[in-house]
Amino acid sequence: MAEPMKIRASMSGDTADIKCLMNHPMETGLRKDAKTGGMVPAHHITNVTATVNGKEVLDAEWGGGISKNPYLAFKVKGAKAGDKVEIKWVDNKGDSNTADTSIS
Amino acid sequence: MNILRRNVLKGAGAAGAVSVAVAAGLMTPTAAFAGWNKAGFESRDLGGAMGSIGGNAAAASGDISVKAPDIAENGAVVPVEITSSIAGTDSIAIIGEKNTMPLIAVFNLSNGAQGYVSTRIKMGSTSNVIAVVKAGGKVYKAHKEVKVTIGGCGG
Repeated sequence: MAEPMKIRASMSGDTADIKCLMNHPMETGLRKDAKTGGMVPAHHITNVTATVNGKEVLDAEWGGGISKNPYLAFKVKGAKAGDKVEIKWVDNKGDSNTADTSIS
Repeated sequence: MNILRRNVLKGAGAAGAVSVAVAAGLMTPTAAFAGWNKAGFESRDLGGAMGSIGGNAAAASGDISVKAPDIAENGAVVPVEITSSIAGTDSIAIIGEKNTMPLIAVFNLSNGAQGYVSTRIKMGSTSNVIAVVKAGGKVYKAHKEVKVTIGGCGG
Protein backbone atom coordinates (compact mmCIF):
# COMPACT_ATOMS: atom_id res chain seq x y z
CA MET A 1 0.00 0.00 0.00
CA ALA A 2 1.45 3.26 -1.10
CA GLU A 3 1.80 6.04 1.42
CA PRO A 4 -0.36 9.15 1.09
CA MET A 5 0.59 11.99 -1.25
CA LYS A 6 0.54 15.67 -0.42
CA ILE A 7 -1.16 17.93 -2.90
CA ARG A 8 -1.82 21.67 -2.85
CA ALA A 9 -3.41 23.93 -5.43
CA SER A 10 -3.90 27.67 -5.21
CA MET A 11 -4.80 30.45 -7.60
CA SER A 12 -2.32 33.14 -8.48
CA GLY A 13 -3.90 35.57 -10.91
CA ASP A 14 -5.60 33.56 -13.65
CA THR A 15 -3.29 30.59 -13.18
CA ALA A 16 -3.52 27.73 -10.73
CA ASP A 17 -0.28 26.68 -9.04
CA ILE A 18 -0.41 22.97 -8.37
CA LYS A 19 2.20 21.32 -6.17
CA CYS A 20 2.50 17.72 -5.22
CA LEU A 21 4.78 15.54 -3.09
CA MET A 22 4.73 11.80 -3.65
CA ASN A 23 6.20 9.04 -1.53
CA HIS A 24 8.28 6.69 -3.61
CA PRO A 25 11.77 5.14 -3.37
CA MET A 26 12.54 5.88 -7.07
CA GLU A 27 15.18 3.15 -7.48
CA THR A 28 16.97 3.44 -10.80
CA GLY A 29 18.06 -0.19 -10.90
CA LEU A 30 21.70 0.96 -11.02
CA ARG A 31 22.35 1.13 -7.29
CA LYS A 32 24.13 -1.57 -5.32
CA ASP A 33 22.76 -2.85 -2.06
CA ALA A 34 25.50 -2.20 0.51
CA LYS A 35 24.59 -5.31 2.55
CA THR A 36 24.21 -7.95 -0.14
CA GLY A 37 26.37 -6.47 -2.91
CA GLY A 38 23.58 -7.20 -5.39
CA MET A 39 21.83 -4.62 -7.51
CA VAL A 40 18.71 -3.02 -6.13
CA PRO A 41 16.01 -3.66 -8.73
CA ALA A 42 14.47 -0.71 -10.53
CA HIS A 43 11.37 0.57 -8.79
CA HIS A 44 10.26 3.97 -9.93
CA ILE A 45 7.22 5.92 -11.06
CA THR A 46 6.70 5.66 -14.82
CA ASN A 47 3.57 7.72 -15.44
CA VAL A 48 2.00 10.69 -13.75
CA THR A 49 -1.27 12.19 -14.90
CA ALA A 50 -3.09 15.24 -13.63
CA THR A 51 -6.61 16.39 -14.33
CA VAL A 52 -8.56 19.55 -13.52
CA ASN A 53 -12.31 18.85 -13.28
CA GLY A 54 -11.70 15.59 -15.11
CA LYS A 55 -9.87 17.23 -18.03
CA GLU A 56 -6.29 16.08 -18.51
CA VAL A 57 -3.72 18.85 -18.10
CA LEU A 58 -0.50 16.90 -17.58
CA ASP A 59 0.65 13.50 -18.74
CA ALA A 60 4.22 12.78 -17.70
CA GLU A 61 6.57 9.87 -18.26
CA TRP A 62 9.34 9.45 -15.71
CA GLY A 63 12.50 7.43 -15.52
CA GLY A 64 14.59 6.65 -12.46
CA GLY A 65 16.31 10.03 -12.76
CA ILE A 66 13.64 11.77 -10.70
CA SER A 67 14.67 12.09 -7.05
CA LYS A 68 13.32 9.89 -4.28
CA ASN A 69 9.99 11.10 -2.87
CA PRO A 70 9.31 13.16 -6.00
CA TYR A 71 8.21 16.77 -6.01
CA LEU A 72 6.22 18.10 -8.91
CA ALA A 73 4.86 21.57 -9.56
CA PHE A 74 3.08 22.92 -12.62
CA LYS A 75 0.71 25.72 -13.59
CA VAL A 76 -2.67 25.62 -15.29
CA LYS A 77 -4.22 28.66 -16.91
CA GLY A 78 -7.99 28.99 -17.00
CA ALA A 79 -8.65 26.94 -13.88
CA LYS A 80 -10.86 28.47 -11.19
CA ALA A 81 -10.97 28.35 -7.42
CA GLY A 82 -13.02 25.34 -6.38
CA ASP A 83 -12.00 23.23 -9.38
CA LYS A 84 -11.02 19.70 -8.48
CA VAL A 85 -7.43 18.68 -9.19
CA GLU A 86 -6.50 15.02 -9.25
CA ILE A 87 -3.00 13.57 -9.61
CA LYS A 88 -2.32 9.90 -10.17
CA TRP A 89 0.94 7.99 -10.52
CA VAL A 90 1.73 4.46 -11.64
CA ASP A 91 5.08 2.73 -11.09
CA ASN A 92 6.93 -0.02 -12.94
CA LYS A 93 5.57 -2.67 -10.55
CA GLY A 94 1.99 -1.64 -11.25
CA ASP A 95 1.44 0.15 -7.94
CA SER A 96 -0.46 3.39 -8.14
CA ASN A 97 -1.70 6.19 -5.96
CA THR A 98 -4.10 9.08 -6.37
CA ALA A 99 -4.62 12.35 -4.53
CA ASP A 100 -7.09 15.13 -5.09
CA THR A 101 -7.80 18.58 -3.77
CA SER A 102 -9.80 21.69 -4.61
CA ILE A 103 -8.07 24.81 -5.89
CA SER A 104 -8.12 27.49 -3.20
CA MET B 1 22.49 -0.83 -35.01
CA ASN B 2 19.03 -1.64 -36.20
CA ILE B 3 18.37 0.85 -38.99
CA LEU B 4 14.61 0.35 -39.04
CA ARG B 5 14.41 1.05 -35.34
CA ARG B 6 16.45 4.24 -35.78
CA ASN B 7 14.09 5.43 -38.46
CA VAL B 8 11.01 4.65 -36.44
CA LEU B 9 12.41 6.58 -33.50
CA LYS B 10 13.54 9.51 -35.61
CA GLY B 11 10.37 9.80 -37.61
CA ALA B 12 7.92 10.30 -34.81
CA GLY B 13 7.59 11.81 -31.36
CA ALA B 14 8.20 9.70 -28.27
CA ALA B 15 4.68 8.44 -27.60
CA GLY B 16 4.01 8.23 -31.32
CA ALA B 17 7.10 6.15 -31.92
CA VAL B 18 6.09 3.65 -29.30
CA SER B 19 2.56 3.27 -30.59
CA VAL B 20 3.81 3.00 -34.19
CA ALA B 21 6.25 0.32 -33.12
CA VAL B 22 3.53 -1.54 -31.26
CA ALA B 23 1.18 -1.29 -34.23
CA ALA B 24 3.87 -2.56 -36.58
CA GLY B 25 4.44 -5.53 -34.29
CA LEU B 26 8.02 -4.50 -33.62
CA MET B 27 7.49 -4.37 -29.90
CA THR B 28 5.26 -6.51 -27.78
CA PRO B 29 2.69 -4.45 -25.89
CA THR B 30 4.06 -5.72 -22.57
CA ALA B 31 7.43 -4.16 -23.36
CA ALA B 32 5.81 -0.79 -23.83
CA PHE B 33 3.43 -0.58 -20.92
CA ALA B 34 1.11 2.35 -20.27
CA GLY B 35 2.62 4.68 -22.84
CA TRP B 36 6.11 4.64 -21.38
CA ASN B 37 9.04 5.43 -23.65
CA LYS B 38 11.04 2.38 -22.56
CA ALA B 39 13.71 2.66 -25.25
CA GLY B 40 14.32 6.30 -24.37
CA PHE B 41 14.37 5.91 -20.60
CA GLU B 42 16.65 2.88 -20.75
CA SER B 43 18.99 4.40 -23.32
CA ARG B 44 22.49 4.75 -21.89
CA ASP B 45 23.73 7.43 -24.25
CA LEU B 46 22.69 10.98 -24.85
CA GLY B 47 22.07 10.47 -28.58
CA GLY B 48 19.67 7.61 -27.94
CA ALA B 49 17.81 9.55 -25.28
CA MET B 50 17.55 12.67 -27.43
CA GLY B 51 16.57 10.61 -30.49
CA SER B 52 13.79 8.83 -28.63
CA ILE B 53 12.07 12.13 -27.93
CA GLY B 54 12.82 13.65 -31.32
CA GLY B 55 15.31 16.06 -29.77
CA ASN B 56 18.33 15.60 -32.05
CA ALA B 57 17.23 18.40 -34.37
CA ALA B 58 16.27 20.76 -31.55
CA ALA B 59 17.19 24.40 -32.04
CA ALA B 60 18.69 26.28 -29.12
CA SER B 61 16.17 28.79 -27.81
CA GLY B 62 16.51 31.76 -25.48
CA ASP B 63 12.81 31.50 -24.62
CA ILE B 64 13.38 28.50 -22.39
CA SER B 65 14.72 29.08 -18.93
CA VAL B 66 16.34 26.23 -17.03
CA LYS B 67 16.62 27.13 -13.37
CA ALA B 68 18.90 24.89 -11.35
CA PRO B 69 21.61 25.48 -8.74
CA ASP B 70 25.13 26.33 -10.02
CA ILE B 71 26.54 23.87 -7.53
CA ALA B 72 24.59 20.93 -6.18
CA GLU B 73 26.08 19.49 -3.02
CA ASN B 74 23.95 16.39 -3.29
CA GLY B 75 23.42 15.03 -6.78
CA ALA B 76 20.55 12.86 -5.57
CA VAL B 77 18.32 15.89 -5.14
CA VAL B 78 18.80 18.70 -7.63
CA PRO B 79 15.86 21.09 -7.88
CA VAL B 80 15.11 22.02 -11.47
CA GLU B 81 12.57 24.49 -12.78
CA ILE B 82 11.89 24.82 -16.49
CA THR B 83 9.89 27.65 -17.96
CA SER B 84 9.13 27.87 -21.65
CA SER B 85 7.68 31.11 -22.90
CA ILE B 86 7.29 29.66 -26.40
CA ALA B 87 3.61 29.93 -27.37
CA GLY B 88 1.85 26.58 -27.62
CA THR B 89 4.36 24.56 -25.63
CA ASP B 90 3.18 20.95 -25.90
CA SER B 91 5.81 19.10 -23.95
CA ILE B 92 8.90 19.58 -21.84
CA ALA B 93 11.55 16.88 -21.44
CA ILE B 94 14.38 16.92 -18.91
CA ILE B 95 17.71 15.28 -19.69
CA GLY B 96 20.79 14.87 -17.49
CA GLU B 97 23.62 14.99 -20.00
CA LYS B 98 26.06 12.67 -18.23
CA ASN B 99 23.62 10.51 -16.31
CA THR B 100 23.92 6.77 -16.92
CA MET B 101 20.39 6.93 -18.26
CA PRO B 102 20.14 10.50 -19.55
CA LEU B 103 16.39 10.78 -20.15
CA ILE B 104 14.83 11.81 -16.85
CA ALA B 105 11.27 12.86 -17.62
CA VAL B 106 8.87 13.98 -20.31
CA PHE B 107 5.91 16.19 -19.40
CA ASN B 108 3.08 16.46 -21.91
CA LEU B 109 1.00 19.56 -21.30
CA SER B 110 -2.58 20.16 -22.42
CA ASN B 111 -5.81 22.04 -21.66
CA GLY B 112 -4.26 25.22 -20.31
CA ALA B 113 -1.21 23.76 -18.59
CA GLN B 114 1.54 26.37 -18.86
CA GLY B 115 5.05 25.84 -20.16
CA TYR B 116 6.36 25.32 -16.66
CA VAL B 117 7.42 22.34 -14.59
CA SER B 118 9.36 22.16 -11.39
CA THR B 119 10.75 18.97 -9.92
CA ARG B 120 13.83 17.40 -8.35
CA ILE B 121 16.20 15.21 -10.30
CA LYS B 122 19.26 13.01 -9.76
CA MET B 123 22.56 13.87 -11.41
CA GLY B 124 25.46 11.45 -11.58
CA SER B 125 28.15 14.02 -12.17
CA THR B 126 28.78 17.62 -13.17
CA SER B 127 27.05 18.22 -16.49
CA ASN B 128 24.31 20.08 -18.26
CA VAL B 129 20.63 19.79 -17.50
CA ILE B 130 19.00 19.92 -20.91
CA ALA B 131 15.40 20.94 -21.46
CA VAL B 132 13.80 19.89 -24.74
CA VAL B 133 10.58 21.72 -25.54
CA LYS B 134 8.11 20.83 -28.27
CA ALA B 135 5.86 23.60 -29.49
CA GLY B 136 3.75 23.70 -32.63
CA GLY B 137 5.56 20.76 -34.21
CA LYS B 138 9.00 22.29 -33.66
CA VAL B 139 11.63 21.26 -31.16
CA TYR B 140 13.71 23.63 -29.05
CA LYS B 141 16.28 23.17 -26.33
CA ALA B 142 18.18 24.99 -23.63
CA HIS B 143 20.61 23.90 -20.97
CA LYS B 144 22.28 24.87 -17.74
CA GLU B 145 25.39 23.43 -16.18
CA VAL B 146 25.17 22.07 -12.66
CA LYS B 147 28.34 21.22 -10.73
CA VAL B 148 27.79 18.14 -8.63
CA THR B 149 30.05 17.49 -5.67
CA ILE B 150 28.47 14.15 -4.62
CA GLY B 151 26.89 12.02 -7.34
CA GLY B 152 23.34 10.86 -6.99
CA CYS B 153 23.28 7.79 -9.20
CA GLY B 154 24.54 4.56 -7.81
CA GLY B 155 26.65 4.56 -4.67
